[in-house]
Amino acid sequence: MTRKQRRLVLIGSSLGVLAIAAALVLGALRDSIVFFNSPTDVAEKSIPPGTRMRIGGLVKPGSLQRGDNLQVSFAVTDGKTDIAVHYQGIVPDLFREGQGVVAEGRLESGQVLAADTILAKHDERYMPREVVDALKKSGRWQEGEMKSSGSGSR
Amino acid sequence: MIPELGHYALVLALALGLIQAVAPVIGARTNDAALMGLANSTAPMQFAFVGLSFLALIVCYVTSDFSVATVYENAHSMMPLVYKITSVWGNHEGSMLLWVLILAFFGALVGVFGRNLPSTLKAYVLAVQSWIACAFYLFILFTSNPFRRLEQAPFEGRDLNPILQDIGLAIHPPLLYLGYVGFSIAFSFAIAALIEGRIDAAWARWVRPWTLAAWMFLTAGIAMGSYWAYYELGWGGFWFWDPVENASLMPWLAGTALLHSAVVMEKRNALKIWTLLLAILAFSLSLIGTFLVRSGVLTSVHTFANDPARGVFILAILVVFIGGGLALFAWRAPLLKQGGLFAPISREGALVLNNLFLTTACLTVLVGTLYPLALEALTGEKISVGAPFFNLTFAPLFIPLMFAMPFGPLMAWKRGDILGAAQRLTVAFGAGIVAVAATFAVASQGSASLAPFGIGLAFFVMMGAVTDIVERVGLFREPLSTVRRRGSGLPRSVWGTALAHFGVGVTLLGIVSVATWASERIVALKPSQTISLAGYDLTFDGLAQRAGPNYREAVARFTVREAGIPVGLMEPSKRDFASRTTTTTEAALMTRGVSQLYLSLGDTSGDGSISVRLYYKPNVLLIWLGAVAMAIGGGLSLSDRRLRVGAPKPAAKPAMLPAE
Repeated sequence: MTRKQRRLVLIGSSLGVLAIAAALVLGALRDSIVFFNSPTDVAEKSIPPGTRMRIGGLVKPGSLQRGDNLQVSFAVTDGKTDIAVHYQGIVPDLFREGQGVVAEGRLESGQVLAADTILAKHDERYMPREVVDALKKSGRWQEGEMKSSGSGSR
Repeated sequence: MIPELGHYALVLALALGLIQAVAPVIGARTNDAALMGLANSTAPMQFAFVGLSFLALIVCYVTSDFSVATVYENAHSMMPLVYKITSVWGNHEGSMLLWVLILAFFGALVGVFGRNLPSTLKAYVLAVQSWIACAFYLFILFTSNPFRRLEQAPFEGRDLNPILQDIGLAIHPPLLYLGYVGFSIAFSFAIAALIEGRIDAAWARWVRPWTLAAWMFLTAGIAMGSYWAYYELGWGGFWFWDPVENASLMPWLAGTALLHSAVVMEKRNALKIWTLLLAILAFSLSLIGTFLVRSGVLTSVHTFANDPARGVFILAILVVFIGGGLALFAWRAPLLKQGGLFAPISREGALVLNNLFLTTACLTVLVGTLYPLALEALTGEKISVGAPFFNLTFAPLFIPLMFAMPFGPLMAWKRGDILGAAQRLTVAFGAGIVAVAATFAVASQGSASLAPFGIGLAFFVMMGAVTDIVERVGLFREPLSTVRRRGSGLPRSVWGTALAHFGVGVTLLGIVSVATWASERIVALKPSQTISLAGYDLTFDGLAQRAGPNYREAVARFTVREAGIPVGLMEPSKRDFASRTTTTTEAALMTRGVSQLYLSLGDTSGDGSISVRLYYKPNVLLIWLGAVAMAIGGGLSLSDRRLRVGAPKPAAKPAMLPAE
């Protein structure tokens, strides 16, 4: 093989692998990403039931109910709109009423989120950025109310 | 007094750094040996001053000096000594100080042990190293001074985030930083080579040990972090494809590629420009990682510190070093001479394939990590890209890479024989097939149909690594005395390669096992009730209260029985940290062989029952044991006489000829 042919093999195979990777990435981006919404977004956009999404806000004080079999239901609020969330399982340590939360799951009809993942902050001083943004949008957030800084490493 | 001393030492380190950033460059330009030699003494002195600064900060934490803001925010006088020390880097300011400490440490190593380096190359390397160091000294001094005092000293600190009160914090960040920052040496060498416009096989021989060392620490650091997250977060997951994890995985992928391409460059004088580019990219990805973690632009499941104002500063550092590095590369790289020729089917070809897949995989991770940021900036839509994305993109790229891996070491340089390699891999391939068949036979229906092939691939990779050694020593072919002689004569780097490749197979085996056969139960239990999973019966004996040094904990006692015979106790707990009004869940782990039972507590409810989450994780320890094997393999290679840091270069090789 000449130098030129060798280079062609190299460039050809590189492009081949890159093309495969690009196809995989584009395919995966279409099917496996999850949009984040604030409760008001969910109410205003008409999102078809069955859509997977994340919602973020505060756990509405007084809305937390625990049922049998580790059933938990609560409302996520951004101060303007509430969305009911159902979850079965163990909630994180820092999941509390009045605190920030991000829930991921499928939207059911009647604008209820059947969550399969609940994320709460890990530090009393840290608030998920998405929650801060959702609260800012609804005007409930005052700058300096809680420093969006956490602690720790990683 | 002590905090001011530490602060002042850091300022002095900056002053030394500024001298080292300029003087050696002028020296190299004017061929002034004295100016170039200056860096040999400033580099260790910088390390000494940063070390002093770091020591001062440790003293502040150990003596609980709450007049220092970071100590007040992250420490508590009742914490055990080990956590008082580890909380030094358990926060943003301190961890950045650790970052520059390690950066200065590597600079000092080059200054002290780089005696054999040509003086101009060494001068440039130390200067570039100092540019990076100065940028980060300024960052610390201006935006994140760990020694800032409070006007009035509080009586008690706010305590370290309870999640971080763990031995993992003592090990994980230092290891990870040794890896991240270690790639700065490869970066500095690459920039120096570009400035000099000269690169040769000797360059690769100097860069490779540093890269190997950084890679080894990064491998161990990622594995340690993964295990820490596994037992601390209470979800039993070992990898979440979280942005913060991806931030460490990307430099690892680029570094692994660099490690392999540097071999080609050293042995065959080929792939020069590509190796330079990888050296720049590996450190650039480390910087991007630091930016992603420190600026808080992405939401993470892990605990980390962030502040957007600091993000802008790091972003500026990022733009200067990555942009500058790549611009220099684009300008100077075409001047470098092309290296040796090789056929596509050869050891070089195999290593190119490795590089191709590793960098492409790295690219997909980068896309997945940055896409949410880009989309939000462009359209305002917020999305999260999680595990499904990475499983769909990363796995298909890694499978062919792992399948090709056993072939590489069996191939000859320059022109290889793929059929010959395949023949020698017959046994390994057979082992893979047997594993596939055995898994199909044993695994119950309902498990994913691809899993047996994953197990088969893992066995193929492991046996492929063994085959490499068997072939080299001539086991089963030669008399035992010959085998022994050959075995002891085999370079350690060959053993290192085989062990690291074996480790990849072990990790894969662990991942496939856990992903396919892990089982889970979540139930609410009352005392004396029993749950069963995977052949184990756990009886809840009751709750007890215990007091720790700075927390109270509720401990649940479980007796574990296997086939009716007690095999031990598991005591998961919930800890309440009054100073932070925070609760943490401490999972209990029981190791059975390489599998684990994992038990974590949920909430207690009014009727005295407690919710528990029980997992059975088959072969889970293999995931980390494989990574440990990779890191040890790296260490073995590093201890190879031919590669040892500072080892004299073979006199016979006319390595110093300029390549132009």
